[in-house]
Amino acid sequence: MTEKNLRPAVVLTGISGNLGRCLTKLLHKDERIIGIDRRPFVGKPKDVEMVQGDLRKKKIEDVFRRNQVKAVVHMGIIHDPRMSAEDHHSFNVLGTTRVLDCAARFGVKKLVVLSSADVYGPNPENSNFLTEEAPLMAASRFPSVRDLIEVDMLAHGFFWRHPAVETVVLRPVHIVGATIKNAPSNYLRNKRPWKLAGFDPMVQLIHMEDVARAMAEALKEGRKGVYNVVGPGAVPLSALFKELGSSPLAIPHPIARPVLRALFKYRLASFPPEELDHIQFLCMVDGARWASETQWHPAHSMRETIRSVLGE
Amino acid sequence: MMGSAFEEKIAALSRTENEYGVDPFGFSLDYSLSAVAPIIWMYKHYHRVETFGIRNLPKGRVLLVSNHSGQLPMDGAMIGAAMLLEGDPPRSMRAMVEKWMPSLPWVSTFMARVGQIVGTPENCRRLLENEEAILVFPEGTRGLNKLWAKRYQLQEFGLGFMRLALETNTPIVPVAVVGAEEQAPSIMDLKPVARLLGFPAFPVTPTGLPIPLPTRYRIYFGAPLFFTGRADDEDAELEKKVKVVRAGIQTMLDAGVKARKHVFW
Repeated sequence: MTEKNLRPAVVLTGISGNLGRCLTKLLHKDERIIGIDRRPFVGKPKDVEMVQGDLRKKKIEDVFRRNQVKAVVHMGIIHDPRMSAEDHHSFNVLGTTRVLDCAARFGVKKLVVLSSADVYGPNPENSNFLTEEAPLMAASRFPSVRDLIEVDMLAHGFFWRHPAVETVVLRPVHIVGATIKNAPSNYLRNKRPWKLAGFDPMVQLIHMEDVARAMAEALKEGRKGVYNVVGPGAVPLSALFKELGSSPLAIPHPIARPVLRALFKYRLASFPPEELDHIQFLCMVDGARWASETQWHPAHSMRETIRSVLGE
Repeated sequence: MMGSAFEEKIAALSRTENEYGVDPFGFSLDYSLSAVAPIIWMYKHYHRVETFGIRNLPKGRVLLVSNHSGQLPMDGAMIGAAMLLEGDPPRSMRAMVEKWMPSLPWVSTFMARVGQIVGTPENCRRLLENEEAILVFPEGTRGLNKLWAKRYQLQEFGLGFMRLALETNTPIVPVAVVGAEEQAPSIMDLKPVARLLGFPAFPVTPTGLPIPLPTRYRIYFGAPLFFTGRADDEDAELEKKVKVVRAGIQTMLDAGVKARKHVFW
C-alpha cells in the first residue's frame, strides 16, 4: 500500500452519475476519493478508487473495513418512474440503511445525504416558501415517491441518534444540467412540453454544478443539519419556455391527468401523471438558512441555469 | 393613462431578484399595471370610491383588517386601488387569498402576478417581516357570502391575524368598506350547488349575474392599533384583543352607513 492510500478517504456513493462525477472533479485534487456505484465510472480520474457494486450488498462494508473513511457523501439514490416500485424502494431504502450503518460502525466523522426539495411535494395549499420544518407531504399525492421521503427521514433520524457524526441533509430544488436525465431537465428539453391551461406556477431551478459545490461545502468541518438549497431564485414556468424557445401545449387540467396516465401506461410518455402537480402547484423552498450559514451564492445565473439543459 | 410620474412612483414598489421581472412571490409589475387599469377605472368611475383616513397608514409593516362583503371580492380590489391612488407614497398591498384559489386555472396565475398570495401564516409572517402591507378579512367567506338580511353585521372573526400581529409586532389598521354589501345582495345560498362545484357558497342574487351593481363605495381607514402580549396565548385572551378591532370596524361601519345619503350616489 502506498502512503497516499493510507490517507483518510471520502466515500462517494452514486459516483458515476452526473452529480457524482461533478463532485469528484471538485474534490479529487485535495482528497482521497473512493467511489461506489453499480455503474462503471466513465472517464474516471486516475487518483480515484472505484468499487463497482450494489450498496445493498454486504461486500460494501469492506470499503469501510479496509480504509479509514472520514466522510461519506450519499448520492446513490434512484428516481426512475419506470422501475418497479419494489426494486426502487429496496435500492433506495436498503442502500441508505447500509450506508448509514457503515457510517455509524466505522467511525465516519461526516455524512452528507443528498435529498431533494421534492420531498415537500407540490400542493395548492403550500406556502410560497417552505422552510426545513415543513412536513414532508409529497407522498400524499404521489405515493411512489415515499421511498425518497424515507431516505430523508432515515438521514434525519441518523442525525439525532449519532450526534458525534456531523450529518448534513441537503434538499436542493430541481436540479438541471446538460447531461442530467431527471424529470425537470427532460421536461425542459422537450420542444413541445405540456403545460396546464391557466396555470403558471413559480419554479426554482439549480445548476448541477451548484449542487456539487453545495455538497463540497457541506463536507467542511462544523457543518451539520438539514438544509434547503436554492439556486438563483424563482421564475414563472412560462419564463422557462420563453428562455428555451419552446412552444408549450396547453392542456386543460381535468383531462391532462387521465390522458397522461394512459400514455404513461403504454409507454408513450416518460412522466407519470402525478408529476403534473409540479407544473400546476407551488413547491418552492426557503433556502435562507443554508445561504446565511455558508455565505452561499450559486455560481450560475438564472439564465445560465435554465439554458444548461440545452447543453450550452 | 395614469401619467409617468405616477408610474415612476409605482416602479419603486417592485422587488425583483432576477432578470425575469417577477418577484419571488410571483408578482409582476408590468402585468399588474395592465391588470389594475380596469380596477382603477372601477375605482374612479364605477364604484366612485370615496376614501377617508388614508393618512392613518403607518410606514412599514401593517395589517389591514377589513369587513368582507358583497359576494364578489371587489372590496379587496378597491382597498388595493385606494392605497395605490390615494396613498402618499403609493403603496402596494397583498391580500391573503383563499386556499382553494391556487387550484383554479387562470385565476391562480392572475392572483399571483398581481401580488396576491395564499393566506398561510408562514406567507403572512414572511411578508410582514419584509415590511409589506397585508390585507386580511378575518370573516373570510362567512362575511363575503352572508345573506342580505345580515348586511353590515360583522360575522365571527378568526384569531389568526392577531397572533401574527403580536408575533411580528405589526400595527393593525381597521378598515370599513361601505357600499359593497349592496353590489350583489344574496337572497339565498344554494349549498348543494356550491358543494358540487367546490365553491365556498353559491349565492342567488336578483341580477343572477356575477357582476356587481354600481354602488358607491366609501372606504374608511381607522387609526393604527398597537397590541402587546404573547402570540401563543390562550384563545380567550386573543379574543379580547380581536374584539377591540372588531368593535372599531363595526363603529366605522355604522357611522359610514349613517352618513351616506344614498346607496348609489
